[in-house]
Amino acid sequence: MNYNIILAGVGGQGGLSVSVLIARAALVSGFLVKQSEVHGMSQRGGEVVAHLRIADYEIQSPTIPKGAADLILAFEPLEALRYLPWLSASRGVVVSSSTPIRNFSSYPDTAEILAELKNLPNCRILDAETIAKQAGNPRAANVCLLGAASDLLPLKPDSLKKEIEAYFSTKGEAVIQANLNAFDEGRKKYGS
Amino acid sequence: MPDLVLSGDEAIARGAIDSGVSGAFAYPGTPSTEIMESLQAHWDEYKASMPDKERSFLVAQWCSNEKTAYEAALGVSFVGRRAMVSMKHVGLNVAMDPFINSSLVKINGGLVIVVADDPGMHSSQNEQDSRILADFAHIPCFEPSDQQEAYDTVRNAFAYSEIHEIPVLLRITTRLAHARARVKASPGMEPRALKKSDDPKAWTLMPGFARPRWKLLLQKYERFRAEGEELATLELRDKALGVITCGIGLRYYLENEDDWAALHGDKKPSHLHIDRYPLGRDKIRDLSDHVSKVLVIEEGYPFIEREVVGTFAAPLPVLGKLSGDLPLSGELSADSVRLALGLPPMEALPVSSIELPSRPPQFCQGCPHGDSFNALKEALKGEAEFLTTSDIGCYTLAALPPYNAVESCVDMGASIGMARGASCVGQKNAVAVIGDSTFYHSGMTNLLDAIAHRTRLTLLILDNSTTGMTGAQPTISPGSRMKALVQGLGVEAGHVRELEAHRKFHEANVAAIREELAYEGVSVIILKRECLEYLKKARQQ
Repeated sequence: MNYNIILAGVGGQGGLSVSVLIARAALVSGFLVKQSEVHGMSQRGGEVVAHLRIADYEIQSPTIPKGAADLILAFEPLEALRYLPWLSASRGVVVSSSTPIRNFSSYPDTAEILAELKNLPNCRILDAETIAKQAGNPRAANVCLLGAASDLLPLKPDSLKKEIEAYFSTKGEAVIQANLNAFDEGRKKYGS
Repeated sequence: MPDLVLSGDEAIARGAIDSGVSGAFAYPGTPSTEIMESLQAHWDEYKASMPDKERSFLVAQWCSNEKTAYEAALGVSFVGRRAMVSMKHVGLNVAMDPFINSSLVKINGGLVIVVADDPGMHSSQNEQDSRILADFAHIPCFEPSDQQEAYDTVRNAFAYSEIHEIPVLLRITTRLAHARARVKASPGMEPRALKKSDDPKAWTLMPGFARPRWKLLLQKYERFRAEGEELATLELRDKALGVITCGIGLRYYLENEDDWAALHGDKKPSHLHIDRYPLGRDKIRDLSDHVSKVLVIEEGYPFIEREVVGTFAAPLPVLGKLSGDLPLSGELSADSVRLALGLPPMEALPVSSIELPSRPPQFCQGCPHGDSFNALKEALKGEAEFLTTSDIGCYTLAALPPYNAVESCVDMGASIGMARGASCVGQKNAVAVIGDSTFYHSGMTNLLDAIAHRTRLTLLILDNSTTGMTGAQPTISPGSRMKALVQGLGVEAGHVRELEAHRKFHEANVAAIREELAYEGVSVIILKRECLEYLKKARQQ
């Protein structure tokens, strides 16, 4: 078994946190993981991408080869499109937020981007921000998207929820609950 | 011992602690920063595991620059304890003087230099390959291929350093530094006792003492070559292709090995993996005698490939970066290696039909630098001639729209030297823009030159109390001492201005910059306000 995830977004969206959450749940579930990210200059309002590889054997390349990703988990729709060359033509799924982050002038037309996503063979687009807001905290949009992708992962939802609780344990009960709610709402939308 | 999940940087930090390191020194630089961050995060725990009398003699410190860090590490080695110094690839340029010369001294306590190269220039100004510098210095270089090897290699490097009385360079690259994987730790070693070198002549590089040390090093270097060769792993298998890998190139090759075998009657290519330099040659010859074609997979420059190909026509084809089968610039990937192995690409979805512009990095919302550059731009408005040199840090982003406010970024501290040189030969309104951390690193000596020669220039020090670009590490000196420091170097008190970098003081700041532009000498404007990342980090602690 191997499962490859590209997590794509913009600095500050919590993409790397979700990568850590999934990696921890995978380890607890007995898998090996390799996780790759780049820090530094690109993080200043730029694009952030993490590669997460889960397998039941030793993983070699720290990054996912093109055409080998099972899932693109995108916290921003343009960033979802950017990594399509990594997605497997036969089994790849995109789970993306519908909310653009237009922090530069040449950002393309949003409707065009969403239409392009909808044309993909397997794509789930959701307004994660609004769902997270209703669940108690708009910052939990990242975890809402994780919920919407959770049935695709080779992990039990409960193992992810345990890691959500642990990850936010220092942030207080309200933050934990909002994230758990956001996860469940995302899951209701697509996951179960 | 439980398994750990560590990045390459964290694995190296853990490896140093488990090797009984006494002194660790560094200057921040992507992708090496997290080595010192991780050391410091675990340092109290490390100290607590030691007897009382040891505790106050264990240090993990940020330093002014890579050269001072290196020299502190040399001192630790002289008195018999283990030292590690870590830096990014261009940091080794700064530390080049102690680095090259330390190959001649008689290392006492083990000395390991960790250098993180950045192929692909994720966060650097070049792609230089530290293996070449190790060869230049005649210092052995060890190159791990994953996080577990990074951990183990630190321990091996300390042992090697002590046995051969030589520093060891441990070379990693960005993907290894920043990727995480499982690491099994080994039982920790004790720190070494304080015991000064009994051979000070071997540390005193006067010509008479240095000549025999150099002869000895030349002999030792051949021994390093022979020993490294023994550890290289050679598997003679299929004759159609021989693959030479080193470092992370091994992982990209192994990612594709089964697919190659599937297309070649279940036979795997012959394979030589090299993890130490100087490069041994016998196994390369054994491999080339066995196969009809060789592919070299190495991250960075075509260092091995060049040695393999040489000048005369090779007896067999050698594929790699020089042949164009792998890209000469940028980092390797499983994809580029797949193509070089002659495998078809995996089936991916077509590229999006919409043009996807890349998202340019930019200042954080409310960053003090933005306010500083707005003031500078307005102060220069209407000036027919000006030059704005800049330096290494977040503020280099002012070279991009919407600011377009600076015209250079070359190396640490160059802003001041370049503005000074330009001013000397007639450039009007020469302005240098540098951050506080970069100023402490390599700016002060340039300022001293300007003062000595009374060069007309305006220096803007953007003092945000931190080393921002690398994630807000503490600076070597507090901002409260900046003004006194600049005056102490000799800038006239009336021309050292301290301003708050905030838009609410925009008019006053513009006026102050204009006044100093008109001054026919050295003036320094310190624009102060704390970095937002730094404040966020401080709040979390």
